[in-house]
Amino acid sequence: MSDLKSTGPQTADAPTPEDAFHEVAALEAKDAQEDIHDERVKGPVLAADGTPLKRSLNRALRMQKMRAMMLIAPLLIFVLITFIFPILQMLWRSVENEIVSQTLPNTVIALEQWDEKSGELPPEDVYAAFVKDMKVAVANKTHTKLGTRLNYEQTGLSSLFRKSGRKIKKWDPETGGPFKEKLIKVNKGWGDVTTWQTIKLHSSPITAGYFLNAVDMRLTPDGVAMQPENKQILLKLFGRTFVMSLVITFACIALGYPVAWLLANLPARSANMLMILVLLPFWTSLLVRTSAWKVMLQQQGVINDTLVWLGLVDDANRLVMINNQFGTIVAMTHILLPFMILPMYSVMQTIPPSYLRAAKSLGATNWTAFWRVYFPQTVPGIGAGSILVFILAIGYYITPEIVGGTKGVFISNRIAYHISSSLNWGLAAALGTILLAVVLILYWAYDKIVGIDNVKLG
Amino acid sequence: MAETTGNDAFVEFERVQKSYDGETLVVKDLNLTMPKGEFLTMLGPSGSGKTTCLMMLAGFETATHGDIRLGGVSINNIPPHKRGIGMVFQNYALFPHMTVAENLSFPLEVRKIGKAEREEKVKRALDMVQMGAFGGRRPAQLSGGQQQRIALARALVFEAELVLMDEPLGALDKQLREHMQFEIKRIADNLGITVVYVTHDQTEALTMSDRVAVFDDGVIQQLAPPDVLYEEPQNSFVAQFIGENNTLEGVVKEISGDRCLVQLDDGELIDAKPVNVSKVGERTRVSIRPERVEYNKDRLQEGAHTLKAEVLEFIYMGDIFRTRLRVAGNDEFIIKTRNAPDQVRLQPGTQIEIGWLPQDCRALDA
Ligand SMILES: Nc1ncnc2c1ncn2[C@@H]1O[C@H](COP(=O)(O)OP(=O)(O)O)[C@@H](O)[C@H]1O
Ligand SMILES: [Mg+2]
Repeated sequence: MSDLKSTGPQTADAPTPEDAFHEVAALEAKDAQEDIHDERVKGPVLAADGTPLKRSLNRALRMQKMRAMMLIAPLLIFVLITFIFPILQMLWRSVENEIVSQTLPNTVIALEQWDEKSGELPPEDVYAAFVKDMKVAVANKTHTKLGTRLNYEQTGLSSLFRKSGRKIKKWDPETGGPFKEKLIKVNKGWGDVTTWQTIKLHSSPITAGYFLNAVDMRLTPDGVAMQPENKQILLKLFGRTFVMSLVITFACIALGYPVAWLLANLPARSANMLMILVLLPFWTSLLVRTSAWKVMLQQQGVINDTLVWLGLVDDANRLVMINNQFGTIVAMTHILLPFMILPMYSVMQTIPPSYLRAAKSLGATNWTAFWRVYFPQTVPGIGAGSILVFILAIGYYITPEIVGGTKGVFISNRIAYHISSSLNWGLAAALGTILLAVVLILYWAYDKIVGIDNVKLG
Repeated sequence: MAETTGNDAFVEFERVQKSYDGETLVVKDLNLTMPKGEFLTMLGPSGSGKTTCLMMLAGFETATHGDIRLGGVSINNIPPHKRGIGMVFQNYALFPHMTVAENLSFPLEVRKIGKAEREEKVKRALDMVQMGAFGGRRPAQLSGGQQQRIALARALVFEAELVLMDEPLGALDKQLREHMQFEIKRIADNLGITVVYVTHDQTEALTMSDRVAVFDDGVIQQLAPPDVLYEEPQNSFVAQFIGENNTLEGVVKEISGDRCLVQLDDGELIDAKPVNVSKVGERTRVSIRPERVEYNKDRLQEGAHTLKAEVLEFIYMGDIFRTRLRVAGNDEFIIKTRNAPDQVRLQPGTQIEIGWLPQDCRALDA
């Protein structure tokens, strides 16, 4: 023991009191023991029957593990099928592009010889291969699908495929040639170099085209370029989604903090009452809550009526508070507020009032005590609430759809549009994948900066 | 140091009352005067109002009635952060997001003290509690005893003249508690600070304090130095609460000066010292410490009254023997004797006679 004491770093430069002395010495003794132990144990530890202890432990645990696995298997499979699988499906759809090479196999091969940058039309053999492929496609009725797909890249291709399909049906690919002149006569589009460029550019079975579209870019023969000005809307939507989500998150922090504080500090009875009020929105349909905001905010709505009645606003100039960003922010802040309050509350609840008292007894004013002692301890709650609210907000759909008008919609409304109206599922998948990636990156960054272990959700 | 002289009063409670709900008084008419440099302990069972008194002094609760003065100035309307009173909380209340040094530096920062001086003072305070090497640690990385030291250092670092401690050792194990009692007392004496210390542990109160205020039900039952408290309890609550104590009940038969004769309920007569009995015929509860009971007739005074007793149990405790007797119908009568070579070990079942010096047996309120 005495050797240990004299080598201890703390004991060398500062005499510790007896109890600390014992503690330090005991710790060091333990460390030392472990060292000795480590040195002594060269090979694996053996069980009583001579097999390595690790192996016999594994064997003993395997049965248990198997049984546990069997119990959770149905649930695990359910989760895999309903949760993981759709996500994988989405990831796959965002890059998948087999339709071109499957519908026009010969054309794609023939096009490989053609230099799309030359500015000249492809040679006759490309046209011949195209007619051959189209004949099959028309018979299978897949040519319109291809037209729709290529129309995402160049408008007009959908009708070009549909119309030409009807003519090509009557041709004989073996004897009807040469087809170059014939096709251009059917439709001028086949004499346009860009048509063939588009087909060639998007012929590979895996494409980055959807992702490029998702960020307002496209593939051209000269490489990646921005979309024409009038088609650039998605980046703006992404930006708006982030900015508005941030505004909503901050609004939730500002409104939620005092409420959470009250919840944590009121006497139990009033706190319970307040908690019911906080949770009340969860018991009402999302649609009802959003519609209620419509009633409140519209130009003939409750708030405008009240303001006019009070004389604060002229009847002719009623405030526009709905179908714009303001409406979306107000309604979503209200809807997401509980997700901010609850984690904050659960953190504040664990902070004993003695900290504030201690700070004040040490000479801190109320504000200093709050800002230097209380607030820093609530940061994990704010962090947890902010992550929740922000992630929920950037993927929100119903509320912006109802109260957002055109200026207050989010990227998810665009995704919905591409899924149900324009049927461009590839682009929808790419947008969804980007959203997912952003959330994961944010989560990772938060973990790096604050540490996910510090997050308390209650 | 324990002497109370009215004119150098540092802390004063004058007719202080406190009620939380407007129905019951938690503190009833508290009067207390402390000179500078005194170590005063508030001792009492849980719920007797000790913390409430401390909180009123610190400024976290307001007195419903009465005046609290510090250095002659009424502090009723001074907010806690301007009172300059150091405080050690039961759970230490060390700020978990700050290091030890930052915790200590906090009261200096809010007082706008310069960086160099701050570091100097923090270092001195840490050295004082022998924690100089731990400035960079977080409170969660310290043991309970170490946190206790830091809490103490933090209450002292801004040179408060009055330090309040609310059961500061309650969370420590016995050995560490005894060590810290000594440590706190030493530091308080060295710095000459005034301390109001709250505990429900009577040993702690007796070993540390200059004076002890025994609380019960919001009233100070007795305020006295430890030895007086133990040897001359003023009423049966104090006698019961401090140390071990035997009680017998009876009626006063005769009073003459500082002697009285008490007839126990089973008819036997004993000598006692009247403390708060005043007239013949009054019911009384007599109190006698286990170590003052004699069963060796030679050591008793001539003509002293004795009582018959039956030995029920003999417990060997090393340094002392503890014997349980049946005396005047009371099965819980304890006597303690020193483990000396000539000491008799009383066997259960034996009949003995016990007695005591009249001044050791105090006739208190019933
Ligand atoms: N904040 C409060 N509100 C209402 N009653 C309280 C409060 N604090 C203490 N009390 C009551 O006052 C009495 C004395 O409490 P306290 O001063 O904490 O006693 P002690 O510290 O001696 O254990 C108890 O009956 C307790 O229930
Ligand atoms: Mg208490």
